[in-house]
Amino acid sequence: MREITVVEALNEALREEMRRDENVVLLGEDIGKYWQGAFKVTKGLEEEFGPERVRDTPISENAIAGCAVGAAMTGLRPVAEIMFGDLVALAMDQICNQAAKLRYMSGGQVSVPMVLRTPFGAGGSYASHHSQSLEAWFVHVPGLKVVQPSNAYDAKGLLKASIRDDNPVVFCEHKFVYGLKGTVPEEDYVVPLGKAHVAREGEDITIIATSLMVDRALKAAAALEEEGISCEVVDPRTVRPLDEEELCASARKTGKVLIVHEACDTGGISGEITKTLVRRVFYYLDAIKILAGKDAPIPFAPVMEKWVAPDEERIKKAVKEIVL
Amino acid sequence: MEDIEMYKKMLEIRKFEEKVYDLFTQNLIPGTMHLYMGEEAVAVGVCAALTPNDFITSTHRGHGHCIAKGASLKKMMAEIFGKKTGYCKGKGGSMHITDKNIGMLGANAVVGGAIPIAVGAGLSCKLKYPERVTVCFFGDGASNQGTFHEGINMASVWDLPVIFVCENNLYAMGTRQSLVMNIEDISERAAGYGIPGATVDGNDVMAVYQEAQRAVTRARNGDGPTLIECKTYRHKGHSRFDPAKYRPQEEVAEWMARDPIESFRYKLLDKGIPEEFLHKIESTVETEIEEAVEFAEESPLPEPEDALKDVWVVE
Repeated sequence: MREITVVEALNEALREEMRRDENVVLLGEDIGKYWQGAFKVTKGLEEEFGPERVRDTPISENAIAGCAVGAAMTGLRPVAEIMFGDLVALAMDQICNQAAKLRYMSGGQVSVPMVLRTPFGAGGSYASHHSQSLEAWFVHVPGLKVVQPSNAYDAKGLLKASIRDDNPVVFCEHKFVYGLKGTVPEEDYVVPLGKAHVAREGEDITIIATSLMVDRALKAAAALEEEGISCEVVDPRTVRPLDEEELCASARKTGKVLIVHEACDTGGISGEITKTLVRRVFYYLDAIKILAGKDAPIPFAPVMEKWVAPDEERIKKAVKEIVL
Repeated sequence: MEDIEMYKKMLEIRKFEEKVYDLFTQNLIPGTMHLYMGEEAVAVGVCAALTPNDFITSTHRGHGHCIAKGASLKKMMAEIFGKKTGYCKGKGGSMHITDKNIGMLGANAVVGGAIPIAVGAGLSCKLKYPERVTVCFFGDGASNQGTFHEGINMASVWDLPVIFVCENNLYAMGTRQSLVMNIEDISERAAGYGIPGATVDGNDVMAVYQEAQRAVTRARNGDGPTLIECKTYRHKGHSRFDPAKYRPQEEVAEWMARDPIESFRYKLLDKGIPEEFLHKIESTVETEIEEAVEFAEESPLPEPEDALKDVWVVE
């Protein structure tokens, strides 16, 4: 099967969904034919679908999100792009007070089938306004689904599932997942939201990793295999709803869990996963350890930036501390 | 809409709110309450220019918009009582009444929060329902929010069929307009977005109606948005038991003397409508309000566990 990058997979998902359903429209800054999206996810889409359905917006994040909310309530299925994840802060009222709550507050009369895509993550020396990972903010708001693809196959299938979902979905892409290549079917498929994926089977320890950390965990697992340590790597894929069954099943099997995410340690999704494991499989567990980003804004200088996020070496070290 | 119907709608809003205020002061209604009394000509004048399929968005002071767009008094009253039979099954209350079937996309309790939502509904009109328009109601306070700038600019550059209706009641909560903006007419701001702006007497229902019709016609013809500022005044305070002491007595007296309903009633009489016909309308409205209260009182409360329903669309 052919291999394509995550960016290409996302582009294909958008293209296929726009062909399938004329209600799917795209909104965002510089997503049209002149720039094609800051990371080229929307490349070629205005050319195919025209400026009515692929709309370059003013630099107005709150209005981008809010326009998507209003459009979604009235029959469209908008996919809005916020150019860099940190800028979701400018759109929080529309995401958290409006998109998330309008169905509830209206007693179920309306639904808000929109997707808000945004690239999170460090690694490009973009400094603190263009690099943070903020998925946990949205996990805390009932009414929002939160998705974090880690590879090309999932990226396509999860985005298609998100567009078809009748709930608002915050779709967290990682800038350094974008270039990862993987095999992706050309035909239509979806990856259901709320289903974790066992990315590698193992016996000694479960590594629950999200987004870019899945790739790093898989590399660490491959290296540890040679040292005789068998790691299972589980990717939640959707952090809300969280696939508690799959996470707990793996934790029960190995009895040891390492949770890895790039977002900073305090208030991160690892706390939520830990809570789930403690509630449900506490008596099967020998150890839970969390390896998250350092509690700092993302710094500019590469030497510091690299240090704040978990890497393969640190994952290996953490595994050994638990297993050995 | 016939002028008699406009009179009846304004009266429905007034009587509904008088009743609600009465019940509220008796502690029969939970929460807070933002009354529209005094501003009825705005909602009714604007909605008279709309069809049932057109969309509106509303504010925390939303009873008037709901009634003017054709919402059921019974379901509104039940919602305000927190009953299961209310529009939002008791989950929204006064500040979130929504009726999707009449294009009422919801009262919204974040000041300025509905402005971008109206822009999105306008986008749906443009792409899916070219015969429809969207009206966005908001107050003078909201015109200082970023959403006002972002939303109107976006609607303007995309030529969306959205009519932005600013209800300028001169006070954002307790703050006089002159303390927070250096212009008198908010409609001047339209120039900054390259769209028409107009200021009208918001206590004159026919003036509002005519201005709204012009804007709606523009929007339906694909000529884009308009900003209409309606100067008006709250008869009550901002919310709850606010006595509104920050307003000079002369100012209050001057505006109270310009009651939109009373003055329109005189006009109807001048036009030759028999007074007994108006009396008949007035007693019909009284009855409707009583029936709404009865319905709300007799309706069941939600179950506590209903709090977990409608969070998600479940497939």
